[in-house]
Amino acid sequence: MAEKILMKGNEAIAISAIRNGVDGYFGYPITPQSEVMETLMKERPWLTTGMVVLQAESETSSINMVYGGASCGKKVMTSSSSPGISLMCEGLSYLAGAELPCVIVNCQRGGPGLGTIQPSQSDYNQCVKGGGHGDYNAIVLAPASGQDMYDFVDWGFDLAFKYRTPVIILADGIVGQMMEKVELRPEKPRMTKEELLAAAPWATTGKTADRPYNVITSLALESDVQERFNRKLAAKYEVIKEKEVKYEEYQTEDAEYLFVAFGCSSRICEAVVDQLREEGVKAGLLRPVTLFPFPTKRLQELSGQVKSMMSIELNLGQMVDDVRLAVNGACPVGFYGRQGGIIYTPDEIVEEFKKFNNLK
Amino acid sequence: MKEEIIIAGFGGQGVLSMGKILAYSAIMQDMEVTWMPSYGPEMRGGTANVCVILSDKKISSPIVTKYDTAIILNQQSLDKFESSVKPGGLLLYDPNGIVRHPERTDITVCRINAVDVAAKVGNSKVYNMAVLGGYLKMKPVVEMENVDKGLAKSIPARYSDLIALNKAAIEEGMKSVETL
Amino acid sequence: MNIEDIKKPENIVYKKTPILTDNVMHYCPGCSHGTVHKLVAEVIEEMGIQEEVIGVSPVGCSVFAYNYLNIDWQQAAHGRAPALATAAKRLMPEKYVFTYQGDGDLASIGTAEIIHACSRGENIVVIFINNGIYGMTGGQMAPTTLLGMKTSTTPYGRDAKLNGFPLVLAPMIAQLDGTAFITRQSVHTAVAARKAKAAIRKAFEYSQKGIGLSFVEIVSTCNSGWKLSPTAANKWMVENMFPKYPLGDIKDVLKNE
Repeated sequence: MAEKILMKGNEAIAISAIRNGVDGYFGYPITPQSEVMETLMKERPWLTTGMVVLQAESETSSINMVYGGASCGKKVMTSSSSPGISLMCEGLSYLAGAELPCVIVNCQRGGPGLGTIQPSQSDYNQCVKGGGHGDYNAIVLAPASGQDMYDFVDWGFDLAFKYRTPVIILADGIVGQMMEKVELRPEKPRMTKEELLAAAPWATTGKTADRPYNVITSLALESDVQERFNRKLAAKYEVIKEKEVKYEEYQTEDAEYLFVAFGCSSRICEAVVDQLREEGVKAGLLRPVTLFPFPTKRLQELSGQVKSMMSIELNLGQMVDDVRLAVNGACPVGFYGRQGGIIYTPDEIVEEFKKFNNLK
Repeated sequence: MKEEIIIAGFGGQGVLSMGKILAYSAIMQDMEVTWMPSYGPEMRGGTANVCVILSDKKISSPIVTKYDTAIILNQQSLDKFESSVKPGGLLLYDPNGIVRHPERTDITVCRINAVDVAAKVGNSKVYNMAVLGGYLKMKPVVEMENVDKGLAKSIPARYSDLIALNKAAIEEGMKSVETL
Repeated sequence: MNIEDIKKPENIVYKKTPILTDNVMHYCPGCSHGTVHKLVAEVIEEMGIQEEVIGVSPVGCSVFAYNYLNIDWQQAAHGRAPALATAAKRLMPEKYVFTYQGDGDLASIGTAEIIHACSRGENIVVIFINNGIYGMTGGQMAPTTLLGMKTSTTPYGRDAKLNGFPLVLAPMIAQLDGTAFITRQSVHTAVAARKAKAAIRKAFEYSQKGIGLSFVEIVSTCNSGWKLSPTAANKWMVENMFPKYPLGDIKDVLKNE
């Protein structure tokens, strides 16, 4: 049986990175995600797997180190929390523009501005809709547990390399700070030089006689070149939307009311569904595991089955827009959220649910 | 079985590590656990609390507002959490520094003078283990052999000589807890 | 001697290094970039390290350096080249990694990145083109613009009260323990270019010794931005830039070895 360890979600990210053959991590301290780099520095993977770990002078520099490392075809990642992610958005746009694979963890805290260090989901729009300038998307994964944090690192790199795209793990202060039982999956070694050349023939590994020199750039001064590139990205996003949507359903089979929630909120909503079912209300939950691509089709289907949907988010209502777009008026869509790091209780959500649906 | 516990006191009292050892012990018993701390700029001296949930089944919400047990180590925490204990639940507290004692009658109230217990064991740093012993006496949610394993998992290898001391504090705490 | 004779190997007296591509450079006639590109390319050829070198190009006129040198390139966001190079070098320590940056890129928006790469002692080479102006965007003030110098954003000349003083970066980073070799060169004469080439070669050699960052500043002309002819620009540089940015080695940790 695989070893099960009690660890924080942030620690799981670090341990998973080492065990899954990540080549490099570049970061900058910020609450509530500093345990990622702290754990890596404590584990000293450069002595075992050869993984590079570096504390940069800023998030700006961290993300550009990721760009430099990813340009070499290496599996590189960073992590931060909301204000730091804002600083990284420049780099994120360049990473998307240069089609570079990497994993970025955002352990969200409340904003805007310096905000609060308490948990939040208020970077949904920033991360799912782009964040940086230009027409692009990153794949966004929403973990809800320590095990997800562990597993999504490897899944994230698989997707990142498959599509040559940045992947964001959109966590939050709860998932990052909470300790849970995490099962350590079998280890994966770092890519060998040959594997790297096969996986990333485009990488800057030194120009050899057998190929033209490689350039990693996001610059396309000529409009027709830029438009062709934009359309290439769009086509890639269509494939991602077709093939990579992932979601989980809880009690939806006979559901008359549907909750939609991601990350830590989905767990709270599971308790809400249980509570309502005990009262005889047929509630269910859809948890988008990928936020980009979004489970639009499944929500469309469910909109014909349920009386209403309610999006539950730790923000002022961001994902709810995507739920409404998916449902396209087929059923009423409500929203309930808390902000500032305050976490809703199941009771509170039940009450808001009843208000929205005129139930006693 | 599902046990929802809040442990609250001052930073530096070992609130978080007490929760961690309890959670690890439960993992050794093949239970599901969540350990969710309040986190913030306070280090030593500020308030600290952690919500630990132990369950036979998958845990949905790690955030709860009513607890089966509250383990309370200072006045602010008592004021904040006394009302959050479920009827029939347990409130275990350390009376040191408490001027307004628990008033509820629909719950079991216990106390442990953990400073004295730790002094008896000979090391003030095992204060939190004395409290944990008191709790485990009142609610034997995990077996002692698993607590041993949990301790071994939670304490870094270089301090493994402290396991016996911690265990002694747990055992002494078990003897010293009193129901009011 | 006809053209066929001239092409015979024994008669060749000068040949473009194959490290330079055949692309026509977009640089203005008289610009120092072309010369510096050639020097870097020749060093790479002479050291035989084409397969081992990764270049990082900046934002600015030399953003297109990747069109001219036949090596693997990463093109960085404005100012961030030292961060890219840091990661590339740490992940592939056997490679030679260099950045090629202008004064706006390195000494303005990228100040944090260069200072910290120096401070960490990254084993990379930095080629710093200091021509005291933003060329690509049309001649605005750079951090290194001299007092009194006219640019499109200092149309009456740089005024210390209004625009602050020129930033002299090389001596600043020479104080940092992580730097190995700091030098200031120019390419306005054949002699100067030869010296600059030797400095660039030394910087590349030092980058494999694990002794820290090597920094080659090239005091350069931007005759278009300065609105001077190429020859007048060279003269202006000697008379005005050199007093503020004097040529020569500023730091060499192996000098006495």
